[in-house]
Amino acid sequence: MKARVTVMLKAGVLDVQGEAVRHALGSLGFAGVNGVRQGKVIELDLTETDAARARADVTAMCDKLLANVVIESYQIEIL
Amino acid sequence: MKAAVITFPGSNCDRDLAVAFEHAGFDVARVWHKDTDLPAGVDVVGVPGGFSFGDYLRCGAIAAQSPIAGAVRAHAAKGGYVLGICNGFQVITEMGLLPGALMRNAGLKFICKSVDLVVASAASPFTSAYAAGQTISLPIAHHDGNYTIDADGLARLHGEDRIALRYRSNPNGSMGDIAGVLSENRRVLGMMPHPERAVDARVGGTDGAGVFASILGEMALV
Repeated sequence: MKARVTVMLKAGVLDVQGEAVRHALGSLGFAGVNGVRQGKVIELDLTETDAARARADVTAMCDKLLANVVIESYQIEIL
Repeated sequence: MKAAVITFPGSNCDRDLAVAFEHAGFDVARVWHKDTDLPAGVDVVGVPGGFSFGDYLRCGAIAAQSPIAGAVRAHAAKGGYVLGICNGFQVITEMGLLPGALMRNAGLKFICKSVDLVVASAASPFTSAYAAGQTISLPIAHHDGNYTIDADGLARLHGEDRIALRYRSNPNGSMGDIAGVLSENRRVLGMMPHPERAVDARVGGTDGAGVFASILGEMALV
């Protein structure tokens, strides 16, 4: 089964890259973009076939490596 | 006194760091990231700058999980000295040896220049050869040196005098102008500036030599 992990900077942590993208959109004439947050998507191809166990495994992977929980939050989708 | 300098794939300051330790009078062992043990009798572990594992995922994240990481954590846990410079600061922070995180520079640019630093605390094994409040000039060369920590953590660093070095003019957006931070037992220092690039008057000045002289002096007392 597959899993998709979305890692984002936590709310309240200034996202300087997102801010730069927001400015660039503004200078391209896209008015009304109040905020941009940039994150990353990590897709995993797993041998596990049980969704609950897969979610537990991926949670451990996020806590250990895929996200830095000091500054980032993550969401897991089991597909 | 014995120093170990770790090399990861993509480290590029490991040789300079080894030379700086040798210059100060240390015996230096070079350690490969796939080793699982540090050489016997190591007093201080140097984690060098560079771009370990191409900065993939997050700077320092993959190096922090390499086979040698367990030995470095154990060394720190038993009160050993650890000096992480630039990417090494990112690595030991990802290892959990220091609080906070290093994020992309606020100006989004890679910055490579010499900067003035204030020795915010001379009460550490890495800065005791300097005077508190002294200004020194060291090179920085990083894209992700923007030190970030939550408000409680920052207050704690202030309260416990754990900010070793501050930028005189903040180049990267670091909270509290922090350039170098100490662990709770003060035996782990992470710093973005490169003292190992400033230990020879012929290239880069000698303002960094005090870091290595401090460690040596500290050990002479132990």
